[in-house]
Amino acid sequence: MAPPSSRRSGHSRRAQYSIFTGYVLASIGALIGAVLLAISIFQPSAFSGVRGTAINAVEPAAEVTTTSRTGFASLYDNVSGYLRAGSQNAALNEELEIARIKLEEAKAVEQENLRLKALLDIKQDEVEPIVVSRLVGSTSASTRRFAYLGAGSSDGVAVGMPVRGPHGVVGRILEVSSNSARVMLLTDSESVLPVRRADDEVVAFAEGRGDGLLNIRLINLGINPLEPGDVFVTSGAGGYYRPSVAVAIVDEVTSDGAIARLIADPAASDIVSVEPIWQPAALQSAQIPVQIALDEVEADQ
Amino acid sequence: MTGQLNRVSDSRQYGRQINREASPWRQYAVPYVSIMAGSLLPVFVLTGTMPIMPPLGFMMLLGWRIMRPGLLPVWIGLPLGLVDDLFSGQPFGSAVLLWSLAMLAIEQLEQRFPWRNFGHDWLTASVVLTAYLTLAVLFSGATPNAHQLTIIAPQIALSILLYPIVAIVVSWLDRFRLSRTREVV
Repeated sequence: MAPPSSRRSGHSRRAQYSIFTGYVLASIGALIGAVLLAISIFQPSAFSGVRGTAINAVEPAAEVTTTSRTGFASLYDNVSGYLRAGSQNAALNEELEIARIKLEEAKAVEQENLRLKALLDIKQDEVEPIVVSRLVGSTSASTRRFAYLGAGSSDGVAVGMPVRGPHGVVGRILEVSSNSARVMLLTDSESVLPVRRADDEVVAFAEGRGDGLLNIRLINLGINPLEPGDVFVTSGAGGYYRPSVAVAIVDEVTSDGAIARLIADPAASDIVSVEPIWQPAALQSAQIPVQIALDEVEADQ
Repeated sequence: MTGQLNRVSDSRQYGRQINREASPWRQYAVPYVSIMAGSLLPVFVLTGTMPIMPPLGFMMLLGWRIMRPGLLPVWIGLPLGLVDDLFSGQPFGSAVLLWSLAMLAIEQLEQRFPWRNFGHDWLTASVVLTAYLTLAVLFSGATPNAHQLTIIAPQIALSILLYPIVAIVVSWLDRFRLSRTREVV
């Protein structure tokens, strides 16, 4: 289709000026965009207020779609369970899966207890969640992996709190507004989580790759002790996450670590709990979490 | 007798359009509302693994821009991009910049190739979408690496394949936009 003739300015000065003004305005728009982008890359929290308000506004609608989505998901589970070997089979499989994870976590707890007893007589209480809520949405069109939580500062949620699903760690609170919060998922390419192998003291960092898998980067270089099927749990280093929560299973061993699959897929864990920051004191001592994590890991060894 | 005839003519497809004109509100609001709705839709999809949803807001913008040249002003990338940035998860300003650049780029393309068919339009949209998604990765605030570019390959493919459907939706919306509903008195 040819552009309509009204857009050809011809000899009309007025038309020429209006087209020129359009270009100028569009270029100014691009410039404003570049400035905003630079500000928000160097100061990521700069526009969190506006964004939070916007997400607050659509949060009720997102709650509705979440309910219907989980409804459809469970319907699908039932149908697929019936097709495979009856719906009971599906339920049993799920139970077995959780039991397996629990077993690995129990091993990790055992290991943790041994270590703590050896070090000091430290008491470790069961953590009471701040709030139990749903993941109502995500940034599904962007390369960054954020999810939106249906609870905010009015429920006591604060920046930095770990978010976990029934299977394991899902992510960490990044921004909070009154009724919603933005969660940085473990799979986000900027997410780094200190982990250790469930049954011994192999410590590593689990970094998001942005494609649903995690890079397990070992801290001690040397012979790579990992094998496919190894379960990684949080180490507690860094102070955000309490130790021994399931994180990932090794899928493929690489030269300096491994590629691992998430245990708690955020899309599958619709109900999540927000937990208090495990060691707030450790976080106050410094601002850069990776740095703290490194220091603590070094202090451990 | 005449009353009966009138009723027959009224029930015909075009009978209700006589003596009516398009509602100005609808005429101006539909493109903008549909683009903003497109920006909002991916929020409701929960994916923890990969970016798989096409950038629907940007695709609606492309659809309206390419199928109805001259309807959206060139500078519309600024306000609509601001809305998209609120929900996309990209750093604030990324859509403002990229949407403004896309509007300018399409304007240039259109002047160079004034006569086009749907194939050309699809090609234009594919090139612009690929450039948009690739640049969006670079501006995502994460440290860019080659792996991230392979992650978006499925999203790019899906977006390109989905463009004809967006074009159909835009043409439905355009018919709705211009449907004659307001009675002229």
